[in-house]
Amino acid sequence: MIRLKHIYKSYMLGDEAVPVLQDINLHVKPKEFVSILGPSGSGKSTLMNIIGCLDVADEGDYILDGESVDTCTEDDLAYIRGEKIGFIFQQFNLLPDLTAYENVEMPLLYHNILPSERHVRVMKTLAQVGLSERIHHKPAQLSGGQQQRVAIARVLAAEPSIILADEPTGNLDSASGREIMDIIKGLWRDGHTIVLITHDIRVADEAQRKVYVRDGRLTEREAGA
Amino acid sequence: MTRKILELSIKSIWNNKLRSILTMLGIIIGVMAVVILVSITQGATEGITSSISDMGSDRIKATLSGSDAALSVETIEQLADYSMIDSVAPVVSISKTVKKGTTTGSYAVYGITPDYFTVQDVEIQRGRRIVDSDIEWTTSVCVIGTDVATDLFGTWDAVGGTITIGERIYKVVGVLEEQGSSLAGVSNSSILIPYSTAARMTGESSVSAFYIKASSDETVDTAINVTEAFLLQATRDEEAFSVSHESSVLETMDEVDNTMSLLLAGIAAISLIVGGIGIMNIMLVSVTERTREIGIRKAVGARRRHIMFQFLCEACVLSVLGGLIGLGLSFAGIQIYNLIAGASAAVDWTAGGAAIAFCAVIGIAFGGYPAAKASRLQPIDALHSL
Repeated sequence: MIRLKHIYKSYMLGDEAVPVLQDINLHVKPKEFVSILGPSGSGKSTLMNIIGCLDVADEGDYILDGESVDTCTEDDLAYIRGEKIGFIFQQFNLLPDLTAYENVEMPLLYHNILPSERHVRVMKTLAQVGLSERIHHKPAQLSGGQQQRVAIARVLAAEPSIILADEPTGNLDSASGREIMDIIKGLWRDGHTIVLITHDIRVADEAQRKVYVRDGRLTEREAGA
Repeated sequence: MTRKILELSIKSIWNNKLRSILTMLGIIIGVMAVVILVSITQGATEGITSSISDMGSDRIKATLSGSDAALSVETIEQLADYSMIDSVAPVVSISKTVKKGTTTGSYAVYGITPDYFTVQDVEIQRGRRIVDSDIEWTTSVCVIGTDVATDLFGTWDAVGGTITIGERIYKVVGVLEEQGSSLAGVSNSSILIPYSTAARMTGESSVSAFYIKASSDETVDTAINVTEAFLLQATRDEEAFSVSHESSVLETMDEVDNTMSLLLAGIAAISLIVGGIGIMNIMLVSVTERTREIGIRKAVGARRRHIMFQFLCEACVLSVLGGLIGLGLSFAGIQIYNLIAGASAAVDWTAGGAAIAFCAVIGIAFGGYPAAKASRLQPIDALHSL
C-alpha cells in the first residue's frame, strides 16, 4: 500500500542544506498498523508529511496504492489527500469558527458529495465517536479529547483508506489519550491502514509493528522482538 | 458547494463586523456619491429639458441685431408666404418706462402682431387678445403679464384699467396666463401692445426678433434654411442675425449633460477604486491571519481553485454588500434632499445598477491577488504557522 524507496529530504537553512531524511525505505501493507517512533527532531514529522502527500521528497520513489506520487502536481496531491488519506494531528487542527458538524462536513465540500449524503455521513461519523449530542458546539466549547474525536470524525467522513496520526495523544490527559487510542485501534480493526507517529514508547506499543527513526535514518524491528 | 462557500464568506464578514464595515466604507461612500449626484443632476436636467421642450419642437427663433439691419414688420411677414412656414410673429422691442400713477417699473414692452399668441402659444387669463383691428386702428391697448398686473394694480382687476407707457396712456384689455420659466419669449413681466401703435407712438418700428412656427416638425430644417437665406438677402450681413431652434438648445443641453455624466462617472470610478484598494489591503491581512485555516483546508483535500474561490467570494461579497448598503443610504439621502430642497429627485436605477456591477468587478479585480496568494500557500508551511 505504502512503499518508500531511498527517500532523501533536506531543508535549506540559510545557504546550507540540512539533511533531514536519508535513504528511508519503508513498506506498509494494507490494513497494517505501523508506528513510527523517534525523538523530536529525528525527522519523523517530515516523514509523515511525505507519506501524507503534504510534502514531496527530494529524491527517491514513493508509491502509493501502486501509483507513483513523485510526478504529481499540487492539485493531484490535494486530490490524493482528500480521497485516500486522513490526518489526525496533535493540535487537532479544527477550524475555530465552525461547529463540530461544520468541521466534519468541511472536507466533503471539496469532494462533490451531495448534500443529503453529506448529512448522513456527518451524523454517522459523529455518532461513531460518541459526539451526537455536541454537533453544534464550537471547538472552544469542547474538551481536548472531544476536539480530537471531532477531528477523527472529520477523517472518517471522507472515508480514506490510510489514516496518519501524528502524536494524536500528545495534547491530551492520559484518560482522554486512552479513549483516542481505543478509537484508533477500533478503526484498524475495521480495516483501515494506520500509520502512527509518536515519541512515546507506550503509545507505539499499541501497533502491530514499530519502526524507529533516528537522525534521519530508519531502522525496522518487529514489535516485541 | 458554491452556496456553502458563499455562506462561509458572509459568516467570516459577520465575524469581523467592525473591520468589514470599515473596509466597505470606501465602497459605500463611492456608491452613495455617484448615485446621489447622478440622481440629483438627472432630476435638474429633466426639469430644464422639459421647460425647453415647452417651446415646441416646431418653433424657430430669429434675433436681429445692429441698426443697419433694420427690417420692418411687413418685410418679416413675407416669410409666412413660404409653404414650410405656418405663421410668423415679429416683435418690436420698446424701451420706455411704464407708470401707473406714481408707481414705475421696468418691464419688457413688445410691439406684436395677433399671430404672436399662436406662434408663442400664450393664452389669455382674463379679457381679450390683441386683434387685427387693433393693428389697423393703431389702438392704445395692451395685454400684460401677471407680475405686471400684481405690481401695478395689486388686488384690483387690471382689465379695464390704464397704464402709461412713455408719454401715452394705454388701456389694459387682457391679462396673460401665468407663464412658466422659459428660455425664450414672453414672461410674467411682459407688456404686449400692437406693433402699429408702437411704431406711431414711439417711433420704433424695426423688428428686434421674430418667432416662426413651421408647418410641421419635418419642415423645421427647411424653414430654418429659408429664414436664413431670406435674412441674408434682406440684410446682406451674416453677422446681423441669428436663427436658433429648440433642438439646438437641447443638443447643447445634451452635451453639457454628457460632460457632467462623464465627470461623475470619473469621480465614481476613482472613489470605487480607492475602496477596492481598501478591500485588497484587508484581504491580504485576512490571508495572513488565516494561513493555518488554509493549511487545514488543503490538508483535507482542498485544491487551489477551492481556496481561490473562497477568498474571491469574500472580496466580492464585501464590495457588493458595500455597494448595496451605499445604494440604500443614497436612497435615504435623496429622500432627505427632496425634503430639504423641495425637489422631487428619484433614485437613478441605471446609475445604481451600474455602480453595483462595478463593485462586483472591483471585488474580483482587487480580491484576485490576495486570493491567488492564498491559493499558492504550501500546506505544510500553512499548517506550521501559528
